Amino acid sequence: MLGKKKLMVGGLSALVVGALLTGCPPKKEAVKTSAVGVDAASKVYVPPGKQDEFYVFFSGGFNGQVTVYGAPSGRILKVIKVFSVDPETGYGFTPETRPMLMTSHGFLPWDDTHHPWLSQTNGEHDGRWLFINANNTPRIARIDLTTFETTEIIEIPNVAGNHPSPYGTENTEYVVSGSRFSVPVPQRDVPIESYKENFKGVISFIKANEPGKMDVAFQILMPGFNYDLARCGRGPSHGWCFFTSYNTEQAHTLLEVNASKNDKDFIAAVNWKRAEECVAQGKAKEMPATYYHNYYDEKKHMAVSEVKKSVKVLDPKECPGVAYFLPTPKSPHGVDVSDDGEYIVGGGKLATVIPIHSFSKMLKAIEQKAFEKEIDGIPVLKYDAVLHCELEKPCLGPLHTEFDGKGFGYTSCFVSSEVVKFDYKGCKVVDRVPTYYSVGHLLIPGGDTKKPYGKYLIAMNKITKDRQLPVGPELLQSAQLYDISGEKMQLIHEFFTIGEPHYAQAIPADKIKDKVKKIYPLAENEHPYAVKAEKDARVERKGNEVHVYMTMIRSHFVPDNIEGVRVGDTVYFHLTNLEQDWDIPHGFAVKGSEDAEILVMPGQTKTLVWKPKAPGVYPFYCTDFCSALHQEMQGYIRVSPAGSNVPLKYYTGTPPTAQK
Amino acid sequence: MNILSRGLLALASLLLILTYFFPLWKIELIAPQYPEGLRMFIWVNKITGGTEFDLYNINLLNHYIGMKPIEPEAIPELKIMPFIVGFLIAFGLLSSLLGKRVLLYAWVITFTLLGIAGLADFYRWGYEYGHNLDPNAPIKIPGLAYQPPLIGTKQLLNMLASSYPDMGGYIMGLSLALGFVAIILDIRLSGGLRMEVKPA
Ligand SMILES: [Cu+2]
Repeated sequence: MLGKKKLMVGGLSALVVGALLTGCPPKKEAVKTSAVGVDAASKVYVPPGKQDEFYVFFSGGFNGQVTVYGAPSGRILKVIKVFSVDPETGYGFTPETRPMLMTSHGFLPWDDTHHPWLSQTNGEHDGRWLFINANNTPRIARIDLTTFETTEIIEIPNVAGNHPSPYGTENTEYVVSGSRFSVPVPQRDVPIESYKENFKGVISFIKANEPGKMDVAFQILMPGFNYDLARCGRGPSHGWCFFTSYNTEQAHTLLEVNASKNDKDFIAAVNWKRAEECVAQGKAKEMPATYYHNYYDEKKHMAVSEVKKSVKVLDPKECPGVAYFLPTPKSPHGVDVSDDGEYIVGGGKLATVIPIHSFSKMLKAIEQKAFEKEIDGIPVLKYDAVLHCELEKPCLGPLHTEFDGKGFGYTSCFVSSEVVKFDYKGCKVVDRVPTYYSVGHLLIPGGDTKKPYGKYLIAMNKITKDRQLPVGPELLQSAQLYDISGEKMQLIHEFFTIGEPHYAQAIPADKIKDKVKKIYPLAENEHPYAVKAEKDARVERKGNEVHVYMTMIRSHFVPDNIEGVRVGDTVYFHLTNLEQDWDIPHGFAVKGSEDAEILVMPGQTKTLVWKPKAPGVYPFYCTDFCSALHQEMQGYIRVSPAGSNVPLKYYTGTPPTAQK
Repeated sequence: MNILSRGLLALASLLLILTYFFPLWKIELIAPQYPEGLRMFIWVNKITGGTEFDLYNINLLNHYIGMKPIEPEAIPELKIMPFIVGFLIAFGLLSSLLGKRVLLYAWVITFTLLGIAGLADFYRWGYEYGHNLDPNAPIKIPGLAYQPPLIGTKQLLNMLASSYPDMGGYIMGLSLALGFVAIILDIRLSGGLRMEVKPA
């Protein structure tokens, strides 16, 4: 009861504040639990055996993963492990994948993923890759959309809290990164109170258009603000990327108060073509920095890490014209560029208006030097000189905007839990609809490209109490699907998401599904420990290491009886799945293994490392129901005491008479 | 042989060249787990799968019932057949050139006999594979043989097996049919003429 009261009081005060700020009467439906008509079901019903129209990629927040859903059905398709280990497939456990999670801080098997970004060609989704950030220990990952697996991770030096990331440019030339937490650059031991003198923000451009070759092309040294979200321009604004900032007060403690003082913070407009010129002219300084670049080779079925030792850093003072600040009310979160590339919509989460900047006005203001002042070599443009208009009283807590390609923007409003639709040229709100509850980002398929598909909108809500069967204090997050094809937005579906999705991207299924790999061709397997035929399976001892070159096929392992292993040995089970048939992985697990089990896809090789601790005979078995005789797919490995002289012996079927 | 029959025989022989480029026969297996089907194509000189991996996967499934793996390299017919077809082409062309009626008859009869022998051999082949099972096979169904139909469709456990001629087979049929037409024309145009003369 107490909880309920608190909720009501909280709700009431929010509404009172809402009424004061916006003048809107409290909306009844905002606190009601359902507003879905029965006809909605037919709009999202995808019969069994039929496929969805869109792939939707949700970030997993604190679980460090990406979850793939189909839309409009809301059916889950896959969980992609990115910055997290996976005891199911062995990702992060096997020697082949451990290098993927190496960083300058060591092996980091977790992170906080926020913003998926689909690669683009000419400002449209091309369905090649999905990028996603690691917020905590700054990294950017590439997921290959032919396999839906993580294939590359690069660490970003000099940055803390890689939040405005990895938004990309219109031909995927770059994906960007920025500091949420400004820190001393380079890192060093200084009093926190010296924030203003010593702390810096850093914006990075990561070369992204070649798989296996991601690289921090250059970094730009920015004032010590908190950089929050980003979006790169398209069409006329191609060549520019925009970053919101808050804490322009440069507070370092009790930010909830101390960073909410300024009436206006900034959107940083960064001209990356100009930066490229300056870098080419040698104006960037090589700064020592240690960071990792990890790449998974799909033919070798093996990841490698390389350690990089320096990074190019550009000081805006040395490169005039590389960055400008656009004053923007008040603690902006989202910064979103309209599909025509002209309007830049800020989401001032404490603001009572939504500011809409004009890119062409910005260029004119730069030309006319309409500057208010300069901060660390970066001119601050006059607000009125760049503003297209202020959308009055839109809602409470506007966060993030996407576009439908028909002249409308849609902004999520966290505090008032709603989505508002507005005409961004005419600067007026045309529709609003409640969300349940506390919406963060929202998504329109292609809503950040030149050609939004404009059919659906998905709201990602932070709080889902009373929307599902209770399962204890923690609930999944909710995704709400709206039909935006008509004049009025209509809630038509609700489903629940894993982790805490911050943002999502969606792409028509047709752009991906025919390119998806079904197997790894065995003939192309270049794993150094692969065995491609049962006759080549074998066991070899190298000192204290025992290497088992094992094959798996329905429904047996070769070898399936192994003797001659001793306590103190490290056993490497190198498993090659000889299948060449879609959806026939085999699993492998051995009793007492401290590592994961592994799932080996058709044509793939993976290694499970096992250190037996006591003599005995240990079973191993297939963990993935592969065939009618799956349960028979098993074997034994005999472990003798240390120093014993049991000879090495292995077979499947008839035991060999002559022992090796 | 009249000129028309000679032409037809030459055409029938030349058509056979195409059979080197198209499969003669197609066997298809469809199962709940294989909605897309597994296909096997028999050519004059090889056996291929519908995809790069179909043959591999058919063998993988066949091992459950103890069926011998299909290894195209080990099938002697595939080594002989190209020469048989080559012989038919050469024989037909030569006969057309020489224009001897007896050669046309000989060609058609040889072709027919070879065709029957081929189908008989194919049946025997299917019988062998379907009946000669490994006694240690994991799955044994008393009284069930896995012989695919010679022509037609048949349910074998979870598999719907169908066996039909493919493009090369139809071309062969057409070629033989042309041989028969050549004979009929030959009879009509020469023998028929004589019959008309008699009453006059
Ligand atoms: Cu298995």
